[in-house]
Amino acid sequence: MRVLVLAKEGERSDAATPPTPEAMAEYQKFNEELVKAGVVVGAGRLSPSSQGKRVRFDGKKRTVIDGPFAETKELVAGYWLWQVRSIDEALEWLKRAPYDGGTFEIRQIFEHEGV
Amino acid sequence: MAAPSRSVRSSSTRACEGALAIGPRRGEAPEGPGRAETEATEAHRAIEAIWRIESARLIAGLARIVGDIGTAEELAQDALVAALEQWPTLGVPERPGAWLMGTAKHRAIDLVRRRKTLERKHEEIGRDVERAQEGMDLDTAIDEDVGDDLLGLIFAACHPVLSKDARVALTLRVLGGLTTEEIARGFLVPVPSIAQRIVRAKRTLAEAHVRFEVPGGPERVARLASVLEVIYLIFNEGYAATAGEDWVRPALCEEALRLGRILAELAPTEPEVHGLVALMEIQASRLHARVGPSGEPVLLLDQDRARWDRLLIGRGLAALERAERLGGAMGPYALQAAIAACHARAATAAETDWPRIVALYDAVAQLAPSPVVELNRAVAVGMAFGPAAGLDLVDALVPEPSLKAYHLLPAVRGDLLRKLGRSEEARTEFERAASLTENVRERELLQRRAAECAAERMAG
Repeated sequence: MRVLVLAKEGERSDAATPPTPEAMAEYQKFNEELVKAGVVVGAGRLSPSSQGKRVRFDGKKRTVIDGPFAETKELVAGYWLWQVRSIDEALEWLKRAPYDGGTFEIRQIFEHEGV
Repeated sequence: MAAPSRSVRSSSTRACEGALAIGPRRGEAPEGPGRAETEATEAHRAIEAIWRIESARLIAGLARIVGDIGTAEELAQDALVAALEQWPTLGVPERPGAWLMGTAKHRAIDLVRRRKTLERKHEEIGRDVERAQEGMDLDTAIDEDVGDDLLGLIFAACHPVLSKDARVALTLRVLGGLTTEEIARGFLVPVPSIAQRIVRAKRTLAEAHVRFEVPGGPERVARLASVLEVIYLIFNEGYAATAGEDWVRPALCEEALRLGRILAELAPTEPEVHGLVALMEIQASRLHARVGPSGEPVLLLDQDRARWDRLLIGRGLAALERAERLGGAMGPYALQAAIAACHARAATAAETDWPRIVALYDAVAQLAPSPVVELNRAVAVGMAFGPAAGLDLVDALVPEPSLKAYHLLPAVRGDLLRKLGRSEEARTEFERAASLTENVRERELLQRRAAECAAERMAG
């Protein structure tokens, strides 16, 4: 199965402070381990929500809202696409990530309809 | 995964096949409402996942110490049983992989020491036993980078001394971390047959004194070809199931892809490894499009290309580029990936670059000539230069003994005849093809085509 791992780093995702070189190195080591295990099929880091846009739909009306957005807890700072055999495997991998803050969410991606 | 629940105590240490099937399965209610049971269930699920992540590395590291796949797997499973006994009550350790490795390592070292003592005794009676592990620093041996161990394990499990079936089963078992039950289900083979296949394979490797090392020189080419063949066999069994009710079994494709991706990281300078990964990624991108709403097969040119998985296509094209960048003449897998890429790049079936596909099949036929490649080439020729040209090539293949029972020969012939308006002959060919396939879904498709030909003949 494929899962989307969302990094909800809260206010930190909008903070301009870049991670320390040590933290970066640890993250890279972890990511490398995932790649070597054939788990990662996609990944990306998102620009701050202050540069983001939202479009709200209301009937035929479309309203464009510029960032930053109010609900900082739900802000996504990055994502991974993992190919795993079960949600449990995804959980085991995620628990090994070298983070000391934030919330990470695992969501299974539905396979195409009819299968 | 459907193995019956049983307790840790009732299963012997060695009969660890079902160790992972202990406790209530996902989606089933725990046996009691108590929190302790729920926690135990959670621990079991975590252990199962950890086993999937760690087992290959564990077995690879142990195999290097003890020099034998069977013993390495037993030691790894002993550690798993220890985890199943301890973790549900004590909790999962912070570094579960290191815990399992540490537990297994101590037993491995004991074993090697006992063996050495035994060997010394043998030497006294005049037998000279020189073992690979002589002089090895056991404590540091296992802490080193496991990359080479893992690659050595892949080469051993796919050793040409084993039959294809044995290589496939052993690879899924020791590298994929699959249980015997899961492998049996994947290949629609009774569980005892797979279990026996694995036992025999381990014995054969031990008797042949197969070393756990990464082969070099001219041997490497042949050994790597064997590894790639095993991975592609697994993929293909999932992609176009040769038997059974389902036309595709994506789980097998996913296992093969994962093995391929791991191999590409372990052997990044081998162009054919990237070629195989490219081929599997691009073919897997069509997995969902090649199955219709009621499970029937949908052939390539009839597929809704909007349902192709763009992520996998992108990964496949990138892997193909890596294979090409490594230089040298393209191998058979890279060539087949290049053919798959021609389809992936065409926005509609009509835009397919058939002359290029013919040229690529020419190259495949030169490298690895086979009647099946010729048949595929005939299909491409029929698309590029008209059905009559394709039919000439297919007709030349009809006397080929190895294609006598191959259902795709009459299927392709039927298709070309139909395009030439020879509906009655086409119908006969489709019926013949239907009688030759073991796959239920494919048979239905071929019977439908035969019926269409009959209807065309009535109308014409």
